[in-house]
Formats: sequence, structure tokens, C-alpha cells
Amino acid sequence: MAGSTLASPIAEAAGPGARYVSPARETWRRFRRHRLAVAGAVILVLMLLAVGFGPFLWRVPINDIDFNAMQAGPSWAHPFGTDDLGQDLLARMLYGGRISLSVGLAAMLVAVVVGTIVGAIAGVSRGSVDMALMWLTDLFLSLPALPLLLLIIYLFRDGLKALVGPQLGVFILIVAVIGGLRWMQVARLVRAQFLSLREKEFVEAARALGATRWRQVVRHILPNSLGPVIVAGTVDVAAAIIAESTLSFLGLGFPPDIPTWGRILYDAKDYLDIAPHWALFAGGAIFLAVLSINFVGDGLRDALDPRRVM
Amino acid sequence: MGRYLLRRLAIAIPSILGISIVLFGVLALAPGDPFSELASNPNVPPEVALALRAKFGLDDPLFVRYFHWLAAMLHGDWGFSFVSRMDVSTLILQRLPTTLLVIGSSQLLALAIALPVGVLSATRPYSVFDQVANTLAFIGFSLPTFFTGLLLILLFSITLDWLPFVYRADLGVTGWRWVWEEFRQAAMPVAVLGLFQGASWTRYVRSAVLDVIRLDYVTTARAKGLAERVVVLKHVVRNALTPVVTLVALQMPAVFGGAIVTEQIFRVPGIGSLLISSMLANDTPVIMAVTFVFACLVILFNLIADLLYGWLDPRIAYR
Repeated sequence: MAGSTLASPIAEAAGPGARYVSPARETWRRFRRHRLAVAGAVILVLMLLAVGFGPFLWRVPINDIDFNAMQAGPSWAHPFGTDDLGQDLLARMLYGGRISLSVGLAAMLVAVVVGTIVGAIAGVSRGSVDMALMWLTDLFLSLPALPLLLLIIYLFRDGLKALVGPQLGVFILIVAVIGGLRWMQVARLVRAQFLSLREKEFVEAARALGATRWRQVVRHILPNSLGPVIVAGTVDVAAAIIAESTLSFLGLGFPPDIPTWGRILYDAKDYLDIAPHWALFAGGAIFLAVLSINFVGDGLRDALDPRRVM
Repeated sequence: MGRYLLRRLAIAIPSILGISIVLFGVLALAPGDPFSELASNPNVPPEVALALRAKFGLDDPLFVRYFHWLAAMLHGDWGFSFVSRMDVSTLILQRLPTTLLVIGSSQLLALAIALPVGVLSATRPYSVFDQVANTLAFIGFSLPTFFTGLLLILLFSITLDWLPFVYRADLGVTGWRWVWEEFRQAAMPVAVLGLFQGASWTRYVRSAVLDVIRLDYVTTARAKGLAERVVVLKHVVRNALTPVVTLVALQMPAVFGGAIVTEQIFRVPGIGSLLISSMLANDTPVIMAVTFVFACLVILFNLIADLLYGWLDPRIAYR
């Protein structure tokens, strides 16, 4: 606003010398201090590039059966070795990684969107709506997630498969259920942020200027409450990848012809004594992805916490 | 304390009702008839299927069905397993002790790791020990339980051949031999669960202790000349434990999830592997009952956590 008085003397003191730094830049500057988080981010980008473009470079078909190279260890022809049918594991892991990682991202999106909506509604409204939503959140928090996940997939799998095809049906189901059982943390965080932010002066100023409630929320409160949500969302990706791998590992996830990392591990677990490489590569990929995401989340937590001096 | 317990119980009842509504809702919303596979199952005579339909009142309105189902669940009348050919409640009661034994000892192991490591890290923040412990904790809870299980089998059963990787309910030996064999076969499942939990609890303990150790009363305790040991153990840790108990209670659902996976890997005959095998065999009554038992266990552990909370922080019990 041109010509307006500065809000405080501090703002003036910081005036000419200080350069404006955008929040994203400032976050990046702080994020870089956390070495393990940067390493995690690099590994994660490499993994995304590998599963994104790898299948175009490594053009071995995922279901090419070769009985001459069954359960073969790593070699130049098969860098990650082969499985019990002589299928190339590198090709299968690149293909399966797409699904494992996209399930993680999609389920995180579901969890964050649902959690933000529930938390925002609870944070804006007072009284009975807030209480009811928080009771619901606490209820979901005390649900045994994995048994329920298994139960829902067991009951709904065949119906959805018939409706939209096996691959897409299972994908939608797994994403919806994992996301639907993980939104509570985000909802609690968003509500807590809303409760403190809506009493802050800048929101009061917006209210005094006649901003509608919708505008107050979308323009002023929500952007300022995103920090913890981003961190929780990052950690949720890791949790969703683990959840999907767990389902596949129990033999209740994707159908056998879709080699997600958990599914590869499920197939490999009976051949641990003769072909340990089979399980080690798939499990290692899950572990590396989850560890990198957790480190990135930790780095973001430090970088986005305004109280932390860095 | 008695009134506090009663109040906590009163709060737990709506949670059980809520969970039962969710479970029943899932069952009722599921496409198709949940008992349709009975028609194609040659083990089930048609009159049994019809009797089941009548018992579950599949043609009644939804809420009537819910109350019937809930009453049956609460009476312990959980139906009949078609695969094992016995009552579901008998089946679950046979399996439950094993699950509780494995989960209980793994929680003790987790506590034995997390408490000392977390407290030591927090008393020497940013030291080498703290950083190593922190990195190891990160690795610990990033390793999915199913992968740790396979790694342990690969190392201790296949490479070193020290431990058996199949859990046997009936060992065929008695006395100290039995204790030793039981220990050997439970070691890996307990370690998998315990290390995973211990890793995440270490971080909770560390941050809780860090929050408390800066408070003024801790400085006062030091200033009046108490030994550092006494300050940490009697003044800091007890107060730091209250938030940890809450977080641990919140983790209980995840613990049961881990137990299902671990039981499946090591073929532990508990209710987790029962759940998976009934799913693969389409044994719906068992699946519903096991899920319900898991839900009740979560509520039970939350209740225990609340009681611990009241014991650790007397102000809460009087409120």
C-alpha cells in the first residue's frame, strides 16, 4: 500500500539495507543446512528420475521369461539379477517403483486434502461442529489401521475390480483407503494452527477491513498454517509407501502381474536361501525411499519452523 | 483413582461404539452379499447358510441389523469358522495369548532401548552419541517391519543358522529346554517389533526430556546440590514420561499393524496370522471378529495409558 505508515519502527529499520527474500528461497537456504535432508532429497530425485525415465532406457520387458537364467544373481545382462521365472528384476523394479511411489504421493494428497478440510472446518467453527469433528478425528486415531485396511480391501476389491478394471480398481481402492485412514494428524495440526491464527492481529485487520470469512481463511489463515502440513504430508508419503508395500507383502495388494516393490518382496520371501538378492534389492528400494523421505521431512521441519534460528 | 477409572471407562464406551459402527458400516457397504461365498463353498451345507442369513437378519433394516450384530459381538457370540470348523471365539482365545506375549515382550524391549538412549541423548544434546543415536533411530523406523524380518531370517537363520525361523506352538520339550526353545523362537519376532517401536520412542523420549530439562525447577534441584543422577532420574524423567505415554498410546494401532506383519513372516500362530489366513480363505466371520478384537485391544491399551497418565501426573486424577 503506497503512502501508508509503517506498522512498526522495526520494519523501517530493516528497510533499505535488507533485501526481500521470498519464503521459498528462505526455506531452501535453511533446508540446505540439514546435510542428511539434502542427501535424502538427492536420492529421492534420482529415484523419481529412475522410475520415470528408466523404463525408456532399460528396455528389457518386465515379463520376459527366461528359463536359462532363473534366480540368477546380479550380472551385466541382469544388473539386479532375475526371479524364479528368469524375469529381469531391474526392469520389474523400475516399473513397480512407479506404482509404489505414485501410490505414496496420491495417498498423501488424499490425506492432506481431507485433513485440511476437516481441520479448517473445525478450526473456523466453534462449539458443536468443532467438538463433533474432533471426536471423529480421535475415533479414527484409535482405529486399528492395518486390520481395517485389510478388511476394506478384502470386502471391496472384487466389486471395484469389476467396475473399473483390476489395475485401476486396486489403485483407487488402496489410495483412498490409505489416505482415508491417515488424515487425522493433518486435521489436528490444521485445527491447532487455525485456533491460534484466527486471533492474530493480521487476521483481525482483514476482518476489520470487511474480508468475508471465506477470504480470511483462504487468503490469510490457510497459507500461514501450511508449514506443519507440508511436514506432515512428507512423512505421510513414507507411511503410505510402507502401507502399500505391507499390503502387497501380505499378498493382499496389487495383483501378481503388477510388480510393486512390496509384491516383489512377497514373491522373493520363499527363496531367501537360494536367491537373497531378489529380496534385498526390493526391500532396499523401499527402505531407501522411506528413509530419504523421512530425512527430507526432518529437514523441512527445521526449515519451516520460524522459531528456530538458523 | 476409582472415580478417575470410572470416568475413563465411560469415555471408552463411545469409542467402542464408534469403532463398531465403522466396522459394521464397512461390512454393510461392501458390494454384494458378504455371505454369498457360502453358496459356492462346498464345506457349508445350504441350511447352515440359510440359518446364518436368518441369524444376521440380512433382510432387516440397517440399524436393526447393527444392534443385532453388536449384541452378538458383545455376548462373545462371534459365529462359526468354516475353515477351522470351530467357534470363532474359541479360535481367537487359542491364538490371543501368543499375540499378547509377542507384543508385550517387544514393547518391553522397545522401552528398554528407548528410555536409556533417549535420556542419554537429551542430557548430551548434539554430542556424537546424540547424533549417532538420532541417525540410528531414523534408520530404525524407516526400515519396514517386513523387511527387517526378512533381513533377520537371512542373517540368523540362513547364514548363521542360529535361530529357527518358523514359530512352533507345540515345542515337544519341557522344563528349561522349553524356556530356552521358546526364547530362541520368539527372539526374532520380538526383536523386529521391539527395534521398530524402540526407534520411534527414542525420539519421543529425547524431545520430551529436552523440553523438561530446561525448566527452572531442574536448575533449582541442581542448585541445591543434588547429584546429577538424582536430578535426571527423579526430577526430569518422571515429568518427561507423561507426554511419552500419550504418544505411545497413539502408536498402539501401528503396533498391532506391525504384529500382523511379524506374525505372518515368522508364522507365529497369533491372531494376526489368523486374520491373514482367513482373508486368503474368505472366512468372513473370523475376519470381522479379529478386526473387532484388535479394535478392543487398542481401546484397552489407551485405557491403560490413561491410568498410567493419572499415576504419573497426580494433578490429572483429581481434575
